[in-house]
Amino acid sequence: MDANTYQQTVDQLAPKRPVLRNCFTAFLTGGIICAIGQLISFVYMYFFPFTERTASNPTVATMIFIAMILTGTGYYKKIGQFGGAGSAVPVTGFGNAVISAAIEHKSEGFILGVGANMFKLAGAVIVYGVFSAFIVTLIKTILVNIGGISW
Amino acid sequence: MKNARTIQFVSKPSIVSTAVAVGPLEKQSPFHPHFDLIYEDERFGQETNEKGHAQLIEETCRLALMKAGLQIPDIDLFLAGDLVNQMTPTNFAARQLTTPFMGMFSACATSVSSLITASFFLESNHMDRILFGAASQHNAVERQFRYPIEYGAQKPPTGQWTVTGAGFGILSHHISGKPFVHSATIGKVIDCECIDPLDMGSAMAPAAFDTIQQHLAQNKGTSYDFVMTGDLGKNGYTILQELIQSSGVSSYLIDNYRDAGAEFYGKDKKFLSGASGAGCSASVYFGPIYAELLAKQWKKVLLVATGALLSPLSFQQGESIPCIAHAVELWME
Repeated sequence: MDANTYQQTVDQLAPKRPVLRNCFTAFLTGGIICAIGQLISFVYMYFFPFTERTASNPTVATMIFIAMILTGTGYYKKIGQFGGAGSAVPVTGFGNAVISAAIEHKSEGFILGVGANMFKLAGAVIVYGVFSAFIVTLIKTILVNIGGISW
Repeated sequence: MKNARTIQFVSKPSIVSTAVAVGPLEKQSPFHPHFDLIYEDERFGQETNEKGHAQLIEETCRLALMKAGLQIPDIDLFLAGDLVNQMTPTNFAARQLTTPFMGMFSACATSVSSLITASFFLESNHMDRILFGAASQHNAVERQFRYPIEYGAQKPPTGQWTVTGAGFGILSHHISGKPFVHSATIGKVIDCECIDPLDMGSAMAPAAFDTIQQHLAQNKGTSYDFVMTGDLGKNGYTILQELIQSSGVSSYLIDNYRDAGAEFYGKDKKFLSGASGAGCSASVYFGPIYAELLAKQWKKVLLVATGALLSPLSFQQGESIPCIAHAVELWME
């Protein structure tokens, strides 16, 4: 069977990802997660001595804690199937990637299992996050020093 | 070269007993009345998924022996396999069973490849009773091939769900009143350059088509109650139907074509395209299909187990997914 002809048959018959629907559910899920985050940060600002700037750290920690509970109880993967990128992109998605890998590898022990594999999925986010931050800072420094742009 | 790909077994080796055990989710399968054991615990009382997997295999094998009224020393050979790296669950189960053992790997087509190999050993009259089959455990397989179980990745509609289940049987020399292996066709590895590991149905359909075409060409005039593929899922089922229709192999086949993976979880949309895994074809073929053959509801069935021969490493390196399908024709007189 010719592979090209076959790929055409597959393209015709295989169900497509429902992109529009996925975009909508991602928007909805991501929006709800961010709204909850905003609410939590208000709580930290009104009931605790945090400012708008300093409230972000305890808010992120709280969101990751919630993601941990939802991952451990098996609900986050259900939210993920519904929300797609909407639940993967916020910090809760990062938390889910770390926590799910930690749970998974507990059977291989705390060093070679949990420790070595915890960042199996989330490691890429850290590597490229740090790397792109470095590039952006480099560009900024060059522009400020050479181009005379004030920041 | 002899056209030895399709073999007719003159000695008509019979499947004297089978046993099927599944996990908790498989309870909702429309096939569940024919599953012998349905466990509430997906780890089968063990501390890890992999140990649970081995336990599932061992328990199912012991049940198949019990149902046939046999003891472990009566078994000349244990032929089986699973999907976990180096097949440790099957190897560990074989350690407990203490029978002579050979591991078989044809990915999800192991249910049928082990039965075909067993038939050859009996045909050569060197052995009397062979324990054969395959199994898979959802968590142990998914964590190896895809993401951690609790990771919230969105699966596309072509995605399938690995079955937690095991199907084993005992093959012996011909005994009247038991379903027997009439003939078999050994699959070729077919690669149609599919690269999506979340769309196995599309990748495997051409392999199933090739094997079916070859088997039908060698058995002209035989009419089957049905032809059943292993785990193409709803998507692969549609594609195989199209391949059969457009080739004009046999229009008769189209009405009587079934897929174990597409039927396994019924119409539940949660399972997307349906079931997959070595335990899918094994638990359906050696559970409900065997029982219905035994009850003389069916006389001739062609079972075509399909397997995707990929590893997590191979698809990350950009390799396409080669696939295989082995067919076995079971008769009941």
